[in-house]
Amino acid sequence: MSPKFGVVVFPGSNCDHDAYYAIKKILNQEAEFLWHKESDLKNCNVIILPGGFSYGDYLRTGSIARFSPIMNSVIDFANNGGIVIGICNGFQILLEAGLLPGVMLQNVSLKFICKDVYLKVENRNTIFTKEIPSEINTIKIPIAHGEGNYFATEDQLKEILENNQIVFKYCDADGNIDESNNPNGSLLNIAGIVNKNGNVLGMMPHPERVCDPVLGNTDGQFIFNSIINHIEELVNS
Amino acid sequence: MFKAQVIIKRRPSILDPQGKAVEKGAQHLGLTNIKNTRIGKFIEFDVISDNRQEAEKEVNEYCLKLLSNPIMEDYEFSLSEIKNAEKV
Repeated sequence: MSPKFGVVVFPGSNCDHDAYYAIKKILNQEAEFLWHKESDLKNCNVIILPGGFSYGDYLRTGSIARFSPIMNSVIDFANNGGIVIGICNGFQILLEAGLLPGVMLQNVSLKFICKDVYLKVENRNTIFTKEIPSEINTIKIPIAHGEGNYFATEDQLKEILENNQIVFKYCDADGNIDESNNPNGSLLNIAGIVNKNGNVLGMMPHPERVCDPVLGNTDGQFIFNSIINHIEELVNS
Repeated sequence: MFKAQVIIKRRPSILDPQGKAVEKGAQHLGLTNIKNTRIGKFIEFDVISDNRQEAEKEVNEYCLKLLSNPIMEDYEFSLSEIKNAEKV
């Protein structure tokens, strides 16, 4: 059995088609759009909350989408161990929904930043990263956001570190993590985290944008292939 | 019926780059005495209830669950009764 991906569509989502295209046409997996007003996850094994500007980013990014009907199902799904990946605005929604700890502030520069960044893989033992070859030190994935400045309270950060929840950190091409390679001011250069159980990932960079070989970079495939192989292994074991 | 006025502020420990940027404008204006500019939100709405306690409870829930994010923001609000004649 191959996994079925559900891509949630909120009003204002704009990376939903990119995610669908990457899953369906490049990785040849089943994919389906899930409208935010529905509550049926249609037997999907993986839920993607895509990037975009849900509800116009009004109030705070992700704060209104978090109350869309489908989110109740996504929260139940995640709490029962279901695999959820939130990309960019999807990450912001996961934070607002309380599925991941912390909050997203405006970029320190106040600018919307759209560029390729390098990511150091801090945790390779996750559902989302285990197919990243060990010889690869950094992956290159683009960001495109105005509010990607990750922040968590002291208590939250302590827990994140204790549970090894940091998955990606912003770095340079050689994997050096410092202030000059922090595009948005994120705490500890954090670009992506998982929940305590490891089944929910939030990341600001867009892996779906770097899956098609025609674009000259396929590093995003590592993340989706990790999920696909994880599910196939589960089914076959 | 009550008119609620909510003010949402970033917690003092949270950096406010927007406030800093705006304050640069103040400096360019020559307003050298302006310091510590912080930008928050002001939200106004009506609460259809004749019971102040009940209205306060609902406003608190609105503020805590949606209007503010307690990780980075604090809120305060006032409720003023709207007399029948003022109702639109």
